[in-house]
Amino acid sequence: MSIYKKDVEHIANLARIKLSEEEKTKLAGELSAILDFVEKLEKVDTSGVEPMTGGTVFPSEMRPDSQIDTSIEDRQAEMLIQAPDKKEGWIRVKAIFK
Amino acid sequence: MGLNGLTITEAAAGLRNKEFSARELVRECLQEIETRDQELHAYLEVFADAEEQAKKADNIFAASSSRGALPPLLGIPLAIKDNILIEGKRCTAGSKILENYIATYDATVIKKLKDQGAVFLGKTNLDEFAMGSSTENSAFGPTKNPHDSSRVPGGSSGGSAAVVAGHMALGALGSDTGGSVRQPAAFCGIVGLKPTYGTVSRHGLMAMASSLDQIGPLAKTVEDAALIFRAIRGKDSFDATSAASNENNQLLINNDRTDFLKKIRIGVPKEYFGAGLDPEVKAIVESAVSKLQKEGAQVKEVSLPHSEYSLPTYYLVVPSEISANLARYDGIRFGYQKNGDNLLDTYLETRASGLGVEVKRRIMLGTYALSAGYYDAYYLKAQKVRRLIRQDFERAFEKVDVLMGPITPTPAFKLGEKTNDPLKMYLEDIYTAPLNLAGLPGISIPAGKVVLEGKSLPVGVQIIGPWFQEEKLLGVAKLFETLLKRE
Repeated sequence: MSIYKKDVEHIANLARIKLSEEEKTKLAGELSAILDFVEKLEKVDTSGVEPMTGGTVFPSEMRPDSQIDTSIEDRQAEMLIQAPDKKEGWIRVKAIFK
Repeated sequence: MGLNGLTITEAAAGLRNKEFSARELVRECLQEIETRDQELHAYLEVFADAEEQAKKADNIFAASSSRGALPPLLGIPLAIKDNILIEGKRCTAGSKILENYIATYDATVIKKLKDQGAVFLGKTNLDEFAMGSSTENSAFGPTKNPHDSSRVPGGSSGGSAAVVAGHMALGALGSDTGGSVRQPAAFCGIVGLKPTYGTVSRHGLMAMASSLDQIGPLAKTVEDAALIFRAIRGKDSFDATSAASNENNQLLINNDRTDFLKKIRIGVPKEYFGAGLDPEVKAIVESAVSKLQKEGAQVKEVSLPHSEYSLPTYYLVVPSEISANLARYDGIRFGYQKNGDNLLDTYLETRASGLGVEVKRRIMLGTYALSAGYYDAYYLKAQKVRRLIRQDFERAFEKVDVLMGPITPTPAFKLGEKTNDPLKMYLEDIYTAPLNLAGLPGISIPAGKVVLEGKSLPVGVQIIGPWFQEEKLLGVAKLFETLLKRE
């Protein structure tokens, strides 16, 4: 499968990663090669096969919708230490709306 | 070699017999780190409070009237892969984007080890976000193989493997998504266990591919690996994919078991002995199987017909999950931020500067596979093949008790040997990745040596067990280890 520079640009935008021109060219080649490798899967007859959507064949487990973790209470200040940009107890981001 | 040369089992006995203290044990590990780690670079951080932790363990020993009843890992120095969170300690995932990130909670496995009073010596090096098979993708420099410093220790848990093989701790934790505990264990000549998916909680393990990731022990012996495994396993309300394991089955080193283990049915998958397997490695693996056969094991050839599709399936499913799991590294709530003109630019610049080459490559691959128009052809197709791969194993386990085969196609390769071609590196996972896709447990144990350029390099053999039967798996592994020691 050939991946061209414009495909790389589209994917990089979806992935929110800025790439240099050099990186775009390199990735186009590498992704093409890897996709050629994985395209082998086309040969497998998967008619009637259910996709395996997780790490097990067991159904999803539910739990009651109630709090189980109290260890994080009153630790907002600590969590905020990690954020690069904050103000008055909030994490600050650049404006989305003008 | 000092106290750091002991196994966990030996050290635990020594501590209980008052032959030495936890502090002395830790000190000798720290001395070894000082001597060797400059060259090996297995640790990203050595904890300044290691002796303080040991002191607490010594106090518990001193106050106890029944030392035999104390938890097995009390006072035992362990190293932790740097993608597992320890509260208050830096956790980098081997990435610049988390270079200064301090964990705000303990992983469940860490909590369990703390409950036993284990001592954490530090965090070990890894391929960035656990993506790699050589530890060369670490943003902080590679780790060297203690057997030959011009060679890789394997990856992504290369730091943990080198620590144990280099006697810079008595055991370690790693994580395994496609072989990242088993392969470095094989390259470094130690034991590495990947438990059944769901057996060990992933809460506090930085997620790479959530439907494959498992935390596993690296240790000097099978018994040591079993001690760590039993300490960390268990159903966890914080991990919805975790399951209760067969915790009552502790028949590992029981004499009655030996008879049963000797008559075990071993399946040898014919697809694992084809082209690409180094002839010397092949000979060692075949010899391992015959050793068990001589003791009474029945050996059958089995077929896993979809084996050739394991790596393509893996390299579609895993990058897809990676692309979702790494979306959180956007520089907003934690980690490195590179300011842009607007919010979008901040994301683009932060991730461009903070993430490494292999990480970007896999995120891109996964984003593509999941994108509109391609999801069905790639990701969905891979999930269907994944089920077929799992069914191959289900069928094999109807006829045999365990499977045996190689772990790696060759012994440890040289630093830089495979870094110019991502596909070359991906092929390293050929014997290990199928287990992660199927959710099976697998153990890597040393089986022999190959001499290359005058250096003796370890070769491992892999034993694969049925789902949730780690005790059986460990039993066979222990039997083999005993047979090998006899020679």
